[in-house]
Amino acid sequence: MRPVAVAGIGKTAFGAFPDRDLRSLAVEAGQKALENGRANASQVEAFYLGNFAGPSFTGQNHLAPYISTAIGITGVPATRFEAACASSGSAFFHAVSAVAAGLYDVVLVVGVEKMTSQLTPKVNEILAGAGDGCGEVRAGATFPALFAMIARRHMYQYGTTREQLAAVAVKNHQNGAKNPLAHMRKVITMEQALAGKPIAEPLTVYDCSLISDGAAAVLITPLERASEFTDKPVRILGIAQTSDHVALDEKDDITTFRAVQTSAAKAYKMAGVQAADIQFAEVHDCFTIAEIIAIEDLGFVPKGQGGPYSLAGGTCLHGERPVNASGGLKSKGHPVGATGTGQICDVVEQIRGQAGERQVKRNSLGLAQNLGGSGATSVITILGAA
Amino acid sequence: MTDLGSGTIYTETVVYSPPEAYVNDVPYQLAIIELAGGRRLTGRIDGERVQIGDRVQFAEFRNNVPFFHKQS
Repeated sequence: MRPVAVAGIGKTAFGAFPDRDLRSLAVEAGQKALENGRANASQVEAFYLGNFAGPSFTGQNHLAPYISTAIGITGVPATRFEAACASSGSAFFHAVSAVAAGLYDVVLVVGVEKMTSQLTPKVNEILAGAGDGCGEVRAGATFPALFAMIARRHMYQYGTTREQLAAVAVKNHQNGAKNPLAHMRKVITMEQALAGKPIAEPLTVYDCSLISDGAAAVLITPLERASEFTDKPVRILGIAQTSDHVALDEKDDITTFRAVQTSAAKAYKMAGVQAADIQFAEVHDCFTIAEIIAIEDLGFVPKGQGGPYSLAGGTCLHGERPVNASGGLKSKGHPVGATGTGQICDVVEQIRGQAGERQVKRNSLGLAQNLGGSGATSVITILGAA
Repeated sequence: MTDLGSGTIYTETVVYSPPEAYVNDVPYQLAIIELAGGRRLTGRIDGERVQIGDRVQFAEFRNNVPFFHKQS
């Protein structure tokens, strides 16, 4: 297997853009990644698209060639990957695998979602398509409800508190306020976070990520060719995707994401590093409880310590191990199909030292954790300076 | 229809922001119930609210959704 590097990144702003359609967002991100990687569309040998529910949100199908040709990429494989909120993480994993195997040299991965053209009950219903339609969803589960049930159980087993959950939201909004491309650049207080409108008990509106439009793209090449495209190649040191049950009621223990543990173990092994070596991370905080469980499952803290560690500031921008310096899904926004590639872009910016006000101090080894559904898909990527 | 018998609340939530199909039901309590033998399933709670560890009794299926109520 050949070492693979990120040669270019491109992001749109995340937000509610009534005048933008899905394709124009995807094209903007893709073109920015090509420019960032000093590449022409004609050099791209394969196009990987991550998108969860474009057909449901917008009615448009056959999305990969629809987008790739608009970027100017023709005559090559163009394929859409769907893995709920890990769709573009999964597209990225498969693109990296193909380059590592020697199938292609220059590959563009784009993640995109256009969500804000639908009202919230319809968005809830479309997102719930990532759950078990014959069980939990039929009974009335939404994704906030599923993560609320996870939070309740985590609180019961480990004593996790409302304040600890709120601390994640407060921290991510602090970071997101420094991110010019974030959806909600607004600092919130602990009092506000605790007094938010209930969505699914014990989660309030401040525990939930945002419904956003947006796209993010990554250009990858073999490490040996990366210098043709960029002065600042970032190496993919480890990457893994694993899976677990879709239905929450089929999991033995809902306070942990088994797929995160198994994919992290594989990625750490591939990179030859341990959890303690990771200096900063972008994790999948679709809900505040998900960030707490993520830092436990990634091995940053012992099981059950995610809440106390978050409240104590361990994950703050200048804490022991910064988590979601971008603002995370909570403040940066969560256009679900764009989230995985968005995280890769954010980790790459940190390693290149281009994160501006959000720059972490120790920036040579970072991790991205992209979660699909209530943990049925997990993609972990470990990136380092080449 | 099958009688699911009794079970124990493994986890629960009260939903305020519903999917389109349930806009008229909010707020409603949703729970994962552990049945005898350890099998779990997701259902709705009728009547009095329940917490983790509470015992519940199966009431009926409505549109294939199992409804339970707190055991007195």
